[in-house]
Amino acid sequence: MSADALAAAHPQDPSVSVLEVRDLTVATGGHTLLEDVTFSLGPGERVGLIGESGSGKSLTALAVMGLLPEGLTAGGTVQLRGVETDLLRIGERERSGLRGRRLGMVFQEPMTALNPLMRVGHQVAEVLRIHGTVDDREDATRRAQQLLADVELPDPVRIARRYPHQLSGGQRQRVMLAMALANGPDVLICDEPTTALDVTVQAQMLQLIAAGVADRTSGLLFISHDLPVVATVCERLLVLYGGRIVEAGPTHQLLTRPRHPYTEGLLAASDLEAVDDQGRLPTIPGAVPPDGRFPSGCVFRNRCPRGDEACTVWPGWTGREDHGVACWYPSGAPHG
Amino acid sequence: MLVQLTKRTLVLLVSLGLASAMVFWFLSVLPGDPAQVALGTGATPEAVAEMQERFGTDRPLTVQYLDWIGGLFVGDFGVSYVTGATIGPLIIDRLMVSLWLVGAGMLVALVIAVPLGTLSAVHHRRPLGTVLAGVSQVGIAIPNFLAGILLIGLVAVSWRLLPAGGWVPPAQDPIEFLRRLLLPALALGIIEGAVLARYVRSTVLNVLREDFLRTARAKGLTPARALVRHGLRNAAVPVVTILGLQLAVLLVGAVVVERVFVIPGLGSLLLDGVANRDLLLVQGVVMVLVLAVLVLNYLVDVLYTALDPRLRAAA
Repeated sequence: MSADALAAAHPQDPSVSVLEVRDLTVATGGHTLLEDVTFSLGPGERVGLIGESGSGKSLTALAVMGLLPEGLTAGGTVQLRGVETDLLRIGERERSGLRGRRLGMVFQEPMTALNPLMRVGHQVAEVLRIHGTVDDREDATRRAQQLLADVELPDPVRIARRYPHQLSGGQRQRVMLAMALANGPDVLICDEPTTALDVTVQAQMLQLIAAGVADRTSGLLFISHDLPVVATVCERLLVLYGGRIVEAGPTHQLLTRPRHPYTEGLLAASDLEAVDDQGRLPTIPGAVPPDGRFPSGCVFRNRCPRGDEACTVWPGWTGREDHGVACWYPSGAPHG
Repeated sequence: MLVQLTKRTLVLLVSLGLASAMVFWFLSVLPGDPAQVALGTGATPEAVAEMQERFGTDRPLTVQYLDWIGGLFVGDFGVSYVTGATIGPLIIDRLMVSLWLVGAGMLVALVIAVPLGTLSAVHHRRPLGTVLAGVSQVGIAIPNFLAGILLIGLVAVSWRLLPAGGWVPPAQDPIEFLRRLLLPALALGIIEGAVLARYVRSTVLNVLREDFLRTARAKGLTPARALVRHGLRNAAVPVVTILGLQLAVLLVGAVVVERVFVIPGLGSLLLDGVANRDLLLVQGVVMVLVLAVLVLNYLVDVLYTALDPRLRAAA
């Protein structure tokens, strides 16, 4: 049975991943920025990728999309359901055929991600026309208006004729989402989609993303540094630090019983109730090293309260791929 | 949009008023009384005074200025002090020739600059990009009269492909017109193309780094198609601004190129006027050149607003 037939036979089967990322490595001129990132995404599954700035979250997304900036190279494998060849090894033309059709992406900055000289309706219609999923121009225009209505933009016919500068940040991000979801992708990647938005419109945006992927049973890879945001959207989390996944697990377990000291630190820093005896919020001591110069061995050891001699060697992964930790001294009981 | 247009038009009118006053004033303070020049050094003071009265140069400067500027509104540039010819039709005639030359030169420049600049931006930091950037550097270093002489030497003299100079109006013989237009247009356009290519290169480089170009690729466009569909129009906005400024440079370049190719354009007329101390003629030609530059810049501003919807909002 071919992969396409398999996918067709089990469109909802969570055991068949839509996306399989194995040992993904991103490097620039001998310097490794992302190392051995491994995870998979089931149909309709919502996975969060969390970590602070510089941890490699966006690089992971761009590597999967094949949109890494010039000078960065990706290694490992990225497998999309129904595509025989590893995405990192197919030609640019084939990859372009997958982007916007089977892989959709929403970027962080709604203010600059849309073409300022093109009406937004036209920009949405374009993604349909590129992949030939519409009959003609009128069909594309009509479908684009429907997609804008789907992301709950008021008066979509009028909005479609607007230019990006005439829309608010929240409205632009909805346009981006409409574009990313237009062709019913297998995988939707959202890179900090609400970070640039007002808190009041964040919740609506998150709902639209969740509804959008549910309608299309798309797998969602949701990237954020904001734990409360991730917790409302994702069923499963991956914690990234220094270009490596340091912990993975179901959202509830990971947030209530973190095992990696970095995850613990992230949680403590997000807990607005907790203050020390001087009334300050807890922080993780130290900072992400400049230019991604993380220490050898365990990447977190220079900031870790439990770090010692053993940590000069990378601890390796313990537990299952979707529920485990990379630490010599994890908290709590070992995984059974 | 209408507010913007009104503003720009007002700016144009004020600039024209100021420019005309300056042109008139500069030329009137130059030594050498036209009446004296016309009559020669042996003329009696009475004859000179009579001549001044005939030319009207005995009147106060403001009256002379208002008389001149009033005439310009109806296309009357006055009568030459030296030849006695009516200046208006002469300038219009020569202007048409120069406009053909400048237009063709700009076309050559664009045909060179857009692909050259875009390619060297796309191949930035790769061998082809460096070579193309080098070629445009060399182009910038060559003055256009030298390019003209080289073109005449090679194409007209050595290869005998095209005539070395002269002018045939398009209505008289379109083919011969084009044959004679080609070399001067190349001399003017190649250099301008090299200058413009650098602007195209840097704006395309900027556009390549834009987020919306990454979005275009995320939608499924190949890098080349993303650049053509989303990048070039965005790059055109700053390039059009430069184009307006460069048109003035091109007009000045045309003065020299017309000399090299023996073309009866505005440039040749200007140089003849200066040589003959034909004050009113020089004044008229300079004013027309200023008018052309200001109007072209005005048109560029209007084009700019048409290209970029963000500028249409009344600010």
